[in-house]
Amino acid sequence: MKLFLHVWRQKDRTDPGRMETYNAEDISPDMSFLEMLDEVNEKLIQEGNEPIAFDHDCREGICGTCSLVINGMAHGPERGTTVCQLHMRKFQDGERIVIEPWRAKAFPVIRDLIVDRSSLDRIIQAGGFVSVNTGGAHDGNALPVPKPNAETAMDAAACIGCGACAAACKNASAMLFVAAKVSHLAHLPQGQPERSQRVKKMVEQHDQEGFGHCSNQYECEAACPKEISVKFITQLNRDYLRACVSAKD
Amino acid sequence: MNLDSKTPTGPLDSKWTRYKSECKLVNPANKRKYHVLVVGTGLAGAAAAATLAELGYSVAAFCYQDSPRRAHSIAAQGGINAAKNYQNDGDSVWRLFYDTIKGGDYRAREANVHRLAEVSTAIIDQCVAQGVPFAREYGGLLDNRSFGGAQVSRTFYCRGQTGQQLLLGAYQALSRQISYGNVKMHPRTEMLDLVVSGGRARGIVTRDLETGKIESHTGDAVLLCTGGYANAYYLSTNAAGCNVTATYRAYKKGAAFANPCYTQIHPTCIPVAGDHQSKLTLMSESLRNDGRIWVPRKTGDTRRPAQIPDSERDYYLERKYPSYGNLAPRDIASRAAKEVCDEGRGVGSGGRGVYLDFADAIRRLGQPKVAEKYGNLFQMYERITGEDGYQQPMRIYPALHYTMGGLWVDYNLMSNIQGLFVLGEANFSDHGANRLGASALMQGLADGYFIIPYTLANYFASTKQERLPADHAEFQRAEKDVGERVKKMLTVKGKKTAVELHRELGQTMWDNCGMARTKDSIQRTIKRVEELREEFWNNVNVTGTDANLNVALERAGRVADFMEFGELLARDALAREESCGGHFREEYQYPDGEAKRDDEHFAHVAAWEYQGPDKPPARLVEPLHWEFVKPTVRSYK
Amino acid sequence: MPSSVPTKRQLTPNSLPPGKGLLAWTLPVFSTTVGSKLLVGVTGAALTAFVIVHLIGNLKIFSGPDSINSYAKFLKDLGPLLWIMRFGLLFLFVLHIVLAIRLKLRSRSARPVPYVSEATIQASVASRTMIVTGLAILAYVVFHVAHFTLGWVQSVEITPGIYTNMLDLRDVEGRADVYTIMIYGFRNPLVSILYLAAQGFLFVHLSHGVASTFQTFGANSPRWQPAIRALGWAVAIFVCVGNSAIVLAVWTGYLKPLI
Repeated sequence: MKLFLHVWRQKDRTDPGRMETYNAEDISPDMSFLEMLDEVNEKLIQEGNEPIAFDHDCREGICGTCSLVINGMAHGPERGTTVCQLHMRKFQDGERIVIEPWRAKAFPVIRDLIVDRSSLDRIIQAGGFVSVNTGGAHDGNALPVPKPNAETAMDAAACIGCGACAAACKNASAMLFVAAKVSHLAHLPQGQPERSQRVKKMVEQHDQEGFGHCSNQYECEAACPKEISVKFITQLNRDYLRACVSAKD
Repeated sequence: MNLDSKTPTGPLDSKWTRYKSECKLVNPANKRKYHVLVVGTGLAGAAAAATLAELGYSVAAFCYQDSPRRAHSIAAQGGINAAKNYQNDGDSVWRLFYDTIKGGDYRAREANVHRLAEVSTAIIDQCVAQGVPFAREYGGLLDNRSFGGAQVSRTFYCRGQTGQQLLLGAYQALSRQISYGNVKMHPRTEMLDLVVSGGRARGIVTRDLETGKIESHTGDAVLLCTGGYANAYYLSTNAAGCNVTATYRAYKKGAAFANPCYTQIHPTCIPVAGDHQSKLTLMSESLRNDGRIWVPRKTGDTRRPAQIPDSERDYYLERKYPSYGNLAPRDIASRAAKEVCDEGRGVGSGGRGVYLDFADAIRRLGQPKVAEKYGNLFQMYERITGEDGYQQPMRIYPALHYTMGGLWVDYNLMSNIQGLFVLGEANFSDHGANRLGASALMQGLADGYFIIPYTLANYFASTKQERLPADHAEFQRAEKDVGERVKKMLTVKGKKTAVELHRELGQTMWDNCGMARTKDSIQRTIKRVEELREEFWNNVNVTGTDANLNVALERAGRVADFMEFGELLARDALAREESCGGHFREEYQYPDGEAKRDDEHFAHVAAWEYQGPDKPPARLVEPLHWEFVKPTVRSYK
Repeated sequence: MPSSVPTKRQLTPNSLPPGKGLLAWTLPVFSTTVGSKLLVGVTGAALTAFVIVHLIGNLKIFSGPDSINSYAKFLKDLGPLLWIMRFGLLFLFVLHIVLAIRLKLRSRSARPVPYVSEATIQASVASRTMIVTGLAILAYVVFHVAHFTLGWVQSVEITPGIYTNMLDLRDVEGRADVYTIMIYGFRNPLVSILYLAAQGFLFVHLSHGVASTFQTFGANSPRWQPAIRALGWAVAIFVCVGNSAIVLAVWTGYLKPLI
């Protein structure tokens, strides 16, 4: 396969950046998208140029590091798939492919296709946890959790924190990310004591980071490599409303 | 060097209890004055950093990823073992201990393993309290499954994402401490050297991967939680960034490296598709419960699998190991696959693959039932290979997956360098020569949550506190060394990329020092690794500068350490003249192909001490004592 | 010598904790995106209710002049209550628009560098153009009020050569003749085309807005979503078809002036 790549190149945070064009030749359809970029990079280095910097790590779709917008779609065209699991057989010979980084004020580009996602970490730090210290936990079976609740909690907890939701959102909102963590803990008894504080603090932090608002367009759900449902944003809205009107705290 | 394990005396099941009641404590008011540097934020690192911060220590944590949540512990699928005996099927701390010792082919320390089994139950309680969404039964209680051929169901799991959920639990605990200001987190920061002075670990030198800035961090103790070294083989199931740099740098500063030759191969991975392959993907071993493994009887049979009649198929595991069949242990199944492929009967492009056939299972259970059990795995297989596992047999091949060896530690998890602690996969301590399924997560969390808080306090309370300033001569020297090394890589300007050289290193390691090793092949490895190292420093091409984010430079630095480490691994494999666990020497096997362990000469831990740049390392020995269990020969016939 | 004994009991009047006041729990609603969106939803829902009631009032035209004119008189006779309702409506309207615009500006600044290649997977056109349809409706409402409420736009020529302000028309009972006003209003092609266009915008706006409000209130779920979507469409169609029917009835001559 031969492909024509339009790739965002940016030297550092301050560089304005630009699109550049590369040809990718002799690409096997069995390659993953990142392996295709590896090939391009090998050539670039051999020619004495700097490789295209992109984030990746586990390459099996679970660590949430890879973060490319391909032809305007976060993680590319295949539904429920991270870009590291996307394979070149999904593309056609001679195709033109535009590759860009996540775009959001809260995700500043630090080089080429790599962005700084520490904003997501700070949202978790604002309240995405259960305040228990190590030791002193009672027996794991002391508190039964209805199976459907455990399953729903797991559905939400499957979030890999890649940020594709915010990258795909027309408003650059990371509400699906926030909602996944809020809902994960809201469906378990362990999450109840801090439930209303958690949702308020996480939403506040989300806004402070400069993400946009959710306008119920559900692009996030379509882009999410773990297919996390927007029903969790419903849950977040519900919890937020309840937290605001509750007489406690 | 003295490899004293400092194991407490007394009966096995009260060693840890006694240690906990007798160990020294740090006054709560003083804890804040102790600075702890935690390198790596996987299960062991995140758990340790969070727990130590909760106790009041000043913690700084480092990871090369952009967030602590991305450490490779996240990729573990299967589950985590704990001796809860919720299923009432006869499990106990003793049984988990015994299974782990036996599974490790009697090459682990009894006291460490027993402690691991003891704290396993507390891990589950802790994780549940953190909100880890473990699988539940209809009554709301925790569900278990049996894993890796264990006779009891003691594995707790969160679908196929147990590692992810446990890591997120630890990450959230860590995040909480970061928000309280008790942990200073340094993401995108790679440790490039350990600073040792007066026989004690004093701190580390790091490189900020975004700005290229080289910095010193000074502390009262350094905790290395940096995972394993499977990427020395280039292709493994490890993440692309996993590396040996931190532990190898510590080794070069005097920490002993124990049992590097113990590497675990996982039999059910998706085969290599071509030279472009950058990593291997593991599929859960549970596939072997219903899938049948076979290759054609004839060599060079290129017919499509459906056209090969049953009589011309070789179900080699069922043939060789009638009682275990397709469920033969990992190492046996892996070696058998290698054998048939070496005979030229492998399938798929390149001939390195065997069929895993579900046709019988589909006939027996129907496709919906099979899909219900393994649907996500079939989906994953199709995503990667483009083939439909329901229509034609899957192709699988073994891949490197986990490394049991690591820095030598005593019962306190402290290496032979005072104040340098090593946790999780980075140490050698608990799995012996082979790790049981679902035990890696258990060990990482045990070390981080429940062991280091006690042993670290004991160390602090029994040593005089003297933290060096970050501008101490020893730090300056280390910074200078690190800086020069980085510069040197940039100035070679050769013809090959670091990735190319890494691939060549991996090729030789895998072919000659992989699943099966001989004296000859290992010697070839050592020679070849030397050549490659030579070539690396004369012919590597690293473009860009050291003053900003440079992916080529990061990779080159890691490959440079693998180039040295590969030789150490091979040396250990050469010196261990027996077959045990993940280390199989073809010379040492029974006529039926079973591994032949040599307890008389090799019932010991081999720890390697660095002697200097051009001298071979020294092999030190910590004998293993069998007070409570008696080594037996395993048989899976 | 002053006594040190307190002359009054220094206790707070009740034993409930003092609380942080109204501001403490309303502030987050205004300051965060989720809270603002809730308010946009609440005001949107109220405005939708108004639009429906308004339509039901309009449809009285089909049951004859007496029906609609007496309804108009009933409203007029509410007196101060009508003004409270009008100001309430204005407040809701302004709040809805101001918050929506503020959110939009926020989300614009949330992506300072746009994508070179843009793609949309499942977001509906309606959901992506809420601000456009909303502003179009705002523009029309201003015109609509100027036209039918303030009578600034159009005079009617009932007797040739004599132009009367629409609002001055009276029926036989001396009530404002809304029936005639509407018919003459819609006989003007420009007015009716603007009206129909506005119905189009309103239709698109409601088709997303109604269902979206349920999501914002946390009252959506996978099980109810199809029903909620259907309700959204139903409201949008009802409003659009109902209002447009009046125009069409005037055009086709089904509705004729009495004089």
